[in-house]
Amino acid sequence: MRTLSLKVNGDTVQAAAPSHWTLLEVLRYKLGLTGSKQGCDKGDCGACTVLVDGRPVLACLTLAGAVEEREVTTIEGLMPLHVKSGGDGPDPVQAAFDRCGALQCGFCQPGMMLSARALLNKNPCPTRAEIREALSGNLCRCTGYTQIFEAVELAVAESIGVAPAPRSWEAQRMDPSEAQAAAKRAAAHLAERRKQEGRE
Amino acid sequence: MGARDQHGPGAPWGDAQPGAKDNQAFQVVGKPHRKVDGLAKATGAAVYADDIVLPGMLHAKTLRSPHAHALIKKIDATRALALPGVHAVITGQDMPIKYGVIPWTPDENALALEKVRFIGDEVAAVAAIDEDTANAALKLIEVEYEVLHAYFDPKEALVRHEPSIHEDKKHNKGNISKHVELSFGDVEAAAKTADLVVEDDYSFHGTTHTPIEPHCAVAQYSADGVLTVWSSTQITHYVHRALARVLELQPARIRVVQPCLGGAFGGKSDPFSLEFCVAKLAMITRRPIKMLWTREEVFYAHRGRHPMQLHYKTSATKDGRVTGVDAKILIDGGSYSSFGLVTTYYAGQLLTGPYDFPSYRFDSTRVFTNKPPCGPKRGHGSVQPRFAFEVQLDQIAEKLGMDPIEIRRKNFQGEHTQTVNGQRITSNGFMRCLDEVERASGWRARRGKLPHGRGLGVAGSMYISGTNYPVYPNKMPQAGIQLKVDRSGLVTVFTGGNDIGQGSNSVVCYIVAEELGIPVENVRVVAADTDLCPVDLGAYSSRVTFMVGNATIDAARKLRALITAAVAEHWGIDTRRVRMIEGTVIDVEDVAKSMSSVEAFHIAEEKHDTLGSTGSYNTPTLGGDYRGGTIGASPAYSFTAHVVEVDVDTETGRITIDKVWVAHDCGRALNPMLVAGQMEGSAYMGAAEALLEHHDINRFGLHQGPSLLDYRIPTSVDAPEFAALIVESLDPEGPYGAKEAGEGPLHPVLPAISNAVFDAVGVRLKHLPFTPARVLAALREQKSASVAKTTAKGRA
Ligand code: FES
Ligand code: FES
Repeated sequence: MRTLSLKVNGDTVQAAAPSHWTLLEVLRYKLGLTGSKQGCDKGDCGACTVLVDGRPVLACLTLAGAVEEREVTTIEGLMPLHVKSGGDGPDPVQAAFDRCGALQCGFCQPGMMLSARALLNKNPCPTRAEIREALSGNLCRCTGYTQIFEAVELAVAESIGVAPAPRSWEAQRMDPSEAQAAAKRAAAHLAERRKQEGRE
Repeated sequence: MGARDQHGPGAPWGDAQPGAKDNQAFQVVGKPHRKVDGLAKATGAAVYADDIVLPGMLHAKTLRSPHAHALIKKIDATRALALPGVHAVITGQDMPIKYGVIPWTPDENALALEKVRFIGDEVAAVAAIDEDTANAALKLIEVEYEVLHAYFDPKEALVRHEPSIHEDKKHNKGNISKHVELSFGDVEAAAKTADLVVEDDYSFHGTTHTPIEPHCAVAQYSADGVLTVWSSTQITHYVHRALARVLELQPARIRVVQPCLGGAFGGKSDPFSLEFCVAKLAMITRRPIKMLWTREEVFYAHRGRHPMQLHYKTSATKDGRVTGVDAKILIDGGSYSSFGLVTTYYAGQLLTGPYDFPSYRFDSTRVFTNKPPCGPKRGHGSVQPRFAFEVQLDQIAEKLGMDPIEIRRKNFQGEHTQTVNGQRITSNGFMRCLDEVERASGWRARRGKLPHGRGLGVAGSMYISGTNYPVYPNKMPQAGIQLKVDRSGLVTVFTGGNDIGQGSNSVVCYIVAEELGIPVENVRVVAADTDLCPVDLGAYSSRVTFMVGNATIDAARKLRALITAAVAEHWGIDTRRVRMIEGTVIDVEDVAKSMSSVEAFHIAEEKHDTLGSTGSYNTPTLGGDYRGGTIGASPAYSFTAHVVEVDVDTETGRITIDKVWVAHDCGRALNPMLVAGQMEGSAYMGAAEALLEHHDINRFGLHQGPSLLDYRIPTSVDAPEFAALIVESLDPEGPYGAKEAGEGPLHPVLPAISNAVFDAVGVRLKHLPFTPARVLAALREQKSASVAKTTAKGRA
């Protein structure tokens, strides 16, 4: 047993825990931050992903003692952080996941959204391939990932101030040429923004 | 209320056609609304079973059998009990009553009584101050076993009767769990007169659900003798019944609650050992108990998709009409019955659409083996036969030189018809599903014309929207709803329905908002709590949208009638002139007359007293007039067609799926975004079963890789691209015409991949999974066959 001093979601907190406890155990069982999920407890699923100094980390493989003095952000911290920095309500990633239907059972999603947040922090207009890559450590069993990609793309599109490409079921209800044009427009905006950022 | 009474004569949605741009008839339905629990899940606020912490709570762990088949000679827990921090140890003797989700086949014990039947079978449970102590105590329990011959090959279990895995001779002959043989029309005659008969073997390997949330249960036994169990179950009502039976408690003294659920897919449908164990341990220790299974335990708990060996013989005319289907199926059930009785029927009963064939026979046998028990997985019982048949249909098209989509059109059964096995088909949008995938995939321009290694394949399927078989016989409603109106304008819905991520709570909310003309934010849903909610039979057989949806419409319309009557009286006009819309109540003939819905609620409460209503749903009488004829009988069927585009690497044998076009007839999309999510998630799961996943039990009875690393579920880089194409056929009995969307869209992807591989490289894959080794072997075989042919030609 030792007393840990952790910086979680902007607060410095003390927690007494056995020294072999992982960050996930301390978050869930000592600090009551149950938003971080445990899907496997051995580094395979990503449900326990949290941000440590802005980087996604598997909390089930990280000893709590190893992250003292470092900034830990859990899913519970995203909205307060966003509000503190002048935003309104949930983080745009959370809002986009909610609006795109990406939250089916939701169990994978705290980890997923934190991975997405970390991606957007360092690459604000990723391509679909980059999104796939960045989320590849987070298993989702419900969605088939499509609505997750769409959610991240919505968050990106809104941050640039354009409309995202229509989803397959939306395109189906549109005039085919209109749907194609909309998809092209969205792609062009993204490409342009990536150029400005020096990514293309 | 029965389905036929539900909507009365004429469709309830008037002339509002789906997708119509000027569709003003619906305020909420048909729009991509947020889910009611979306933001709670997005912010980490949603509470799942393992997030529940109660004061003084103990943690429990399970001791499992290391043998696949053995008698338990002795259990000694003295040393475990002596360990500081251990509060109780229980064994089979503490709960000797057997149970099973199907009341006719109760063959499970919460903890093994006299014998264990698979590696991982539960033997004892410990409650201790923490998990570490409980785990340490497990090691101190001494169990003496007498090892028996274990069965791993279903073919052996079919013929060898001793030792038998289950002793109950009344139900099980030898190691046979269930045998069903049904015949409709004359298949023998069909085969004799056919222009073409194709006969072949197929197999399905076995897969499991792997929800990302492992099973978890928490129990509390109050001082006044009320047992509360929070469990990650998808069927609260059956858990409630099973707990009462096994613990010998009055059902009225048990409360079962399903917290937010982290995925299920059928894998949380059975009552599980942990639910009984936490309850019993809470009763013994008088402290709250939690048990959380490890990922490895979830793999052994299984209840996943049955391995099947399938033999199909299909007769056809030369213009492509199927005249007869003859099937023989051997099902590897694993060690317990679970839903196996239903599985054995479904394996045959659910093949009789979307195609019409005049003769059909199936013989399906489920045997016990000493492996983790199989059960219902998304597309229960029908994914494997569908795979075999849809590949066989492609083989017929190939032999006749027909386009694979054309042969499917040719055999379409039509709408409002009856299947050969006596099932009633109502709406049927299968033809439009075919049209959609054909159009979107560019089929005509591309199929058969892509470069070697690339190909397109198609397949179709049908699935139930609930079943009129209520698991235990009773005439009470299959779904019930209660509505309560608050003076604030809030309407609370109480539903026994289990939201397992598919969004059933949201559907209930949308319907109430639609019917009462109030914003979705003014509807709160309380679900899956047996103390608070009317009974619903749970989330299985894709019944929730259809049945709970109809019950909700029923309750909401009764409530609306009360409110409009009160308002009409208040205004002194005819009730028919009162309409509830967009948070107001108006007189359709005099726009000056209008009030907020809150005011209307008050007026109605003055007139009628405390405001509320109930609603229910029961299926009409359905099914064929023969033993088992109601199993697979559904008030409506959904239909699906997929086209898959694959890329086959002939060097490595690796198949890459580039895109899956998923067209699904869901009747009406109550929320197209959620429907698309179900379609994509289904197709993803099926594609993974075909290419990556294998619930593989080795010759010792051990799982080959019980972890999320070894059991390969696709990551975001593995998942193919999906196009969800929604087809709406407006079912006459579905809620606003809706049918299911959560299971049907899984089926076609497996055979469509096989059929696409044929288009790509000309080999038929008939045995799942399609591993690179299998693909390479098929390619080698193809090569040697063509070499043999050319040499034969050369000699001649
Ligand atoms: S719980 Fe940490 S990776 Fe699965
Ligand atoms: S939403 Fe259920 S696992 Fe991702």
